[in-house]
Amino acid sequence: MRKRSNWSLPYLIFLIIFVVLPLILILVYAVQDGQGGFTLGNITRFFTDKDALSTFAVSIEVALETTILCILIGYPAAWILSRREYNKSAVTIILFIMPMWINALMRTLATAQLFTILGMNLGKGTLLFGMVYDFLPFMIYPIYNVLVKMEKSYIDAAVDLGATPWRAFWKVTFPLSMPGVASGVLMVFMPTVSTFAISEFLTNNKIKLFGTIIQENINSSMWNYGAALSLIMLIIIGITSLFSKDKEQAEGGLV
Amino acid sequence: MTDTIIDIKHLSKSFGDKQVLNDINLYIRRGEFVTLLGPSGCGKTTLLRMIAGFLQPTEGSILMDGKELAGIPPHQRPLNTVFQRYALFPHLDVYDNVAFGLKLKKLPKEEIDKKVRRVLKLVAMSDYEDRDVETLSGGQQQRIAIARAIVNQPKVLLLDEPLAALDLKMRKDMQTELKEMHKKLGITFVYVTHDQEEALTLSDTIVVINQGKIQQIGTPTDIYNEPVNSFVADFIGESNILNGTMLQDRRVSFIGHDFDCVDEGFGENVPVDVVVRPEDIYFTKDPAKTQFTAVVKSCVFKGVHYEMFVDTDTGNELMIQDYDPYGVGETVQLYIDPDDIQVMKKERVCNTLEGVWNGDYIDFEKPEFSLPTEGLKHDFPKGTKVKVEIPFSSVDLLDDIDGGLTNGEVHFILYKGDHYHLTIRTEDRGYFWVDTQDIWDKGDLVGINIKNKGLKIQPIEDEKA
Repeated sequence: MRKRSNWSLPYLIFLIIFVVLPLILILVYAVQDGQGGFTLGNITRFFTDKDALSTFAVSIEVALETTILCILIGYPAAWILSRREYNKSAVTIILFIMPMWINALMRTLATAQLFTILGMNLGKGTLLFGMVYDFLPFMIYPIYNVLVKMEKSYIDAAVDLGATPWRAFWKVTFPLSMPGVASGVLMVFMPTVSTFAISEFLTNNKIKLFGTIIQENINSSMWNYGAALSLIMLIIIGITSLFSKDKEQAEGGLV
Repeated sequence: MTDTIIDIKHLSKSFGDKQVLNDINLYIRRGEFVTLLGPSGCGKTTLLRMIAGFLQPTEGSILMDGKELAGIPPHQRPLNTVFQRYALFPHLDVYDNVAFGLKLKKLPKEEIDKKVRRVLKLVAMSDYEDRDVETLSGGQQQRIAIARAIVNQPKVLLLDEPLAALDLKMRKDMQTELKEMHKKLGITFVYVTHDQEEALTLSDTIVVINQGKIQQIGTPTDIYNEPVNSFVADFIGESNILNGTMLQDRRVSFIGHDFDCVDEGFGENVPVDVVVRPEDIYFTKDPAKTQFTAVVKSCVFKGVHYEMFVDTDTGNELMIQDYDPYGVGETVQLYIDPDDIQVMKKERVCNTLEGVWNGDYIDFEKPEFSLPTEGLKHDFPKGTKVKVEIPFSSVDLLDDIDGGLTNGEVHFILYKGDHYHLTIRTEDRGYFWVDTQDIWDKGDLVGINIKNKGLKIQPIEDEKA
């Protein structure tokens, strides 16, 4: 009889071709000059490239702002959705989650059209709106999941020990829901750093994000520098995910 | 200061149209260990949660030290709860769990420290301060849950089946500890359990609850020796519950024999329930003492005593506990002391339903069903309100739940020596009581038919003011 582990072979091949190989290619391109020789110039160039650095700063700023806005809007939404007394049917949660079913690009284009029709100036405000609109479900869902599964007796116990409902929330519900928030942050922050379509459509490229620069470089055949920038972004995303990993494992926020 | 700390008056609670508690009246004395005892779903936890403030009464009031508790939110009530599954905060260590209530009160740090250490010592968990609560065993978590509650020095400690999640050995140990803790602290304990043995062991007072009503309040000895009805007798300890007839004062007939007893005031020739505990039936060799004979059917060693089932000469089955075994098949002579015969008024002698005579059918509202009038000798104008009395033996139970006039679930089973007395609950929470020889299990779904035998139908006079 063949070993079960053989069944994973197709997936392994898929992973190698579509994940590992591209990563290696990024790494190889990032440390090559145009002629194919080894160089760290592409990477050091980033640190002297004022344009790239400021875009990078803007990207992180926008990603942070988006994430914070998503928490501020998403947490209360998730909390209300998780309460039986406020949310009597599953329909509401589906309404919140539904945007996830539609391609983000389509939604962004539609949002841009909406702003144009309303005659609004495209800029930072519209960018943040689009970002939050696109990524909010990714924040709500993991938080909702944690809150819904949380035993109600914890809150009862806190109230029983003398906490007002408000303090019971801050001392018990909120800390216990942190794994959900961590998952949400991960799922919002990481993709917002690398997005470029939203800024392109919602600011007419007035605001450039890091993803935009990478795209521009690759589009103008500057493969090596583009690859180097991608590598830097990957490392940064990797660091964020490490940062929230221990918390996530503790409770399993997502799913 | 009065002796009463909690006074519950005419308390009722409904969830929607489902009544969970019905007119509860109960007072709890300061420093008392009171147990609310009943089968699951009887409403005991609901009662506890209303005292704690998590639920609001539908009707009635709860007074604490003479003050109405309704309207006071749970966080302001001077009582604390030990929850069924402990509900320890998983993000805090043992120390912070115990200090939770004190920190909310903004006590100085040294005082919190002192109190936490003292209470951890009391529950023998001193060395566990920094431990993560999830690394503790069930019994240890239980101790911390108790410590977390009593560190706030509540006037009343509410305990919601606190030992239910522990294994038997652990449960016994914790029972002893709880009892000692209660003595040491002097706090009033209100304890909820479905375990009658636990209730008998721990309590000063037991409140037996069934179907949302208080059945009996009394000391463990009272409840055990003098159950007021067949439910209490059956729920507390082992018992033989039998149909009997009170012949006259101090004279009762059951299992086909007449016995002297100590009960009076029932009247003459009144049907009653008789309870005899299995340890109160004695074997004798003396023909003068012998009241009846029986054949031993089974004999099982139970550790301290032997448990025997015997068939009496009149065909009733009795359970007997004795230190000496008797052989299966052996004919034995038995007697019962007058003191050990507990006579109880029958709660009901038949099913009494009120309905409307509609010609071909009598329509009943609760339980909702229609009884065909074909073959009944009565006749009334359409629309007459009638009272129908259906003997227990005229209710037929069917395997086919759609084969009868209505259907229901076997809710409670009582063995009465030669037949079973079942309580059947219909979907709309109406009840039928049935005498049957057939064996059903609790929870069985059954069809219900009414035999046209012994039914009594009378018109109801319009209500007079």
